[in-house]
Amino acid sequence: MRTTRRTFVQAALAATAATVLLPISLRAQAGPPARRPIPSTREEIPIVGLGTWITFNVGDDPVLRDECAGVMAAFFEAGGRMIDSSPMYGSSQPVIGYGLQKLGHPAVLFAAEKVWTSSAAGGPAQIEQSRRFWAVPKFDLVQVHNLLAWKPHLQMLFQMKAAGALRYVGITTSEGRRHDLLEQIMRSEPIDFVQFSYNVVDREAEARLLPLASERGIAVIVNRPFRQGALTQRLQGKPLPEWAAELGASSWAQLMLKFILAHPAVTVAIPATSRVDHVRENLSAAAGPLPDPAMRQRISAHVKAL
Amino acid sequence: MSEWWTYRAEDFLLFSPRVYWRLFELHNAALWPLHLLTLAAGVIIILLIAWRPGTGARWLALILAIVWIFVGWSFLWQRYATINWAAAYIAPAFFVEGVLLIIAFLRDGLAFDRRGPAGWIGYLILGLSLAGAPLLAPLQGRGWASSEVFGIAPDPTVIATLGVLLLARGRLLPVLLPIPVLWCLLSGITLSTMGEPQAWAPYAALGLAAAAWIWTTIRQHGLLPTG
Repeated sequence: MRTTRRTFVQAALAATAATVLLPISLRAQAGPPARRPIPSTREEIPIVGLGTWITFNVGDDPVLRDECAGVMAAFFEAGGRMIDSSPMYGSSQPVIGYGLQKLGHPAVLFAAEKVWTSSAAGGPAQIEQSRRFWAVPKFDLVQVHNLLAWKPHLQMLFQMKAAGALRYVGITTSEGRRHDLLEQIMRSEPIDFVQFSYNVVDREAEARLLPLASERGIAVIVNRPFRQGALTQRLQGKPLPEWAAELGASSWAQLMLKFILAHPAVTVAIPATSRVDHVRENLSAAAGPLPDPAMRQRISAHVKAL
Repeated sequence: MSEWWTYRAEDFLLFSPRVYWRLFELHNAALWPLHLLTLAAGVIIILLIAWRPGTGARWLALILAIVWIFVGWSFLWQRYATINWAAAYIAPAFFVEGVLLIIAFLRDGLAFDRRGPAGWIGYLILGLSLAGAPLLAPLQGRGWASSEVFGIAPDPTVIATLGVLLLARGRLLPVLLPIPVLWCLLSGITLSTMGEPQAWAPYAALGLAAAAWIWTTIRQHGLLPTG
């Protein structure tokens, strides 16, 4: 009975996603997204994930919850695995849980969560609450959000990892904050993942964090790849350069995503979206060719000049 | 919070405008036709101030107390807190304001004999919050479904209360004012961060109220010619 319902829901969501109007070129080039290994285990993971900041915070709204489930269905259908959230993101966690239940809990899910509390003692209870929202047996990755109470939380996460209660440990920041401390932690703590902001105009991470991640064997998750939509909005209506076609990029979002993904130290970028066509577009960017260093410079210079 | 100076209002906005306005749509659909009753209560408030400023004042405070507690529970606690965890901390402030208004009711602590510019501005704010606020949604292309109505949604409820307090005198005024003022600031910041033009509504209510209070204070201290 359960299998039948799951199959039905998956088929229905797939059919819904398929009806979304996409450019023909996008459909044509869509294949499985490229994968990169997580350095600490060599487990390979698709290089585009799904962020949920703002986009999945839809409360109890049944219409919007179904839309989010549709985005998740399209994400998994296109070969995505990592979904990232946080207790800070309002109702995003129960909305993810709703989507996972509706989709029959896809086995490919790579569940990335965060602990976000100034109370060292409150960390385990918060993680357990998050797990219940997602309704998963355990998280693949738990990160210390925005370096909040990072010392006790990291120790707690290392203990959970040793006990088999999670698979990877990470730490996050965003918008270029506290990179000095992040660097110090990357040098001194045996973390598996680090997450920070990096995009075509915010390139501070190239100087120290990205090379250090390579050197220390730490997987990199890139957040805010479009500056929370500000970059795509700024470029809206501006013509894409002709040379973007060489990379198979048919939109500014794809071009900017390819810029990020082409950095060898980047493991996964996690653009957030509430639209099925955008999630497919994002994963499609990971399926085609990626720019070489010279082309990356060209992309960055071009966007900055606009 | 470290490096607090690097944070902007946008960093604290957890939801999109679409999700925010959908809250009002769902809230209105769930409560209709209670709107008719709350709007009638608003009209009764105006009539009490205009024609029964003495005997009607305490009942007016009770009406406001009921709508503050109702809006705090039904909108902030039950709906807004689902997308903004900070609302769970703001809802109790609406309850506190309701309790303060109940105290004003029990002690008969407000008098409505204020006339002159402050009084007229009070009537203006009160009238706009009742009749103007529901129009903002359709005027901005969101349709009637997400209209904000006095006694149902926080902004018109709070702005109407500001108007009432402008018309009032009494020792309880200093404790009744802070929560409505702080809400107007918070709502204005939220709406402007979302890029919503109607942020001007709570800001304008605050500006008008401040101008009226400054005028009244100057008059009371004899700094202006009384003519």
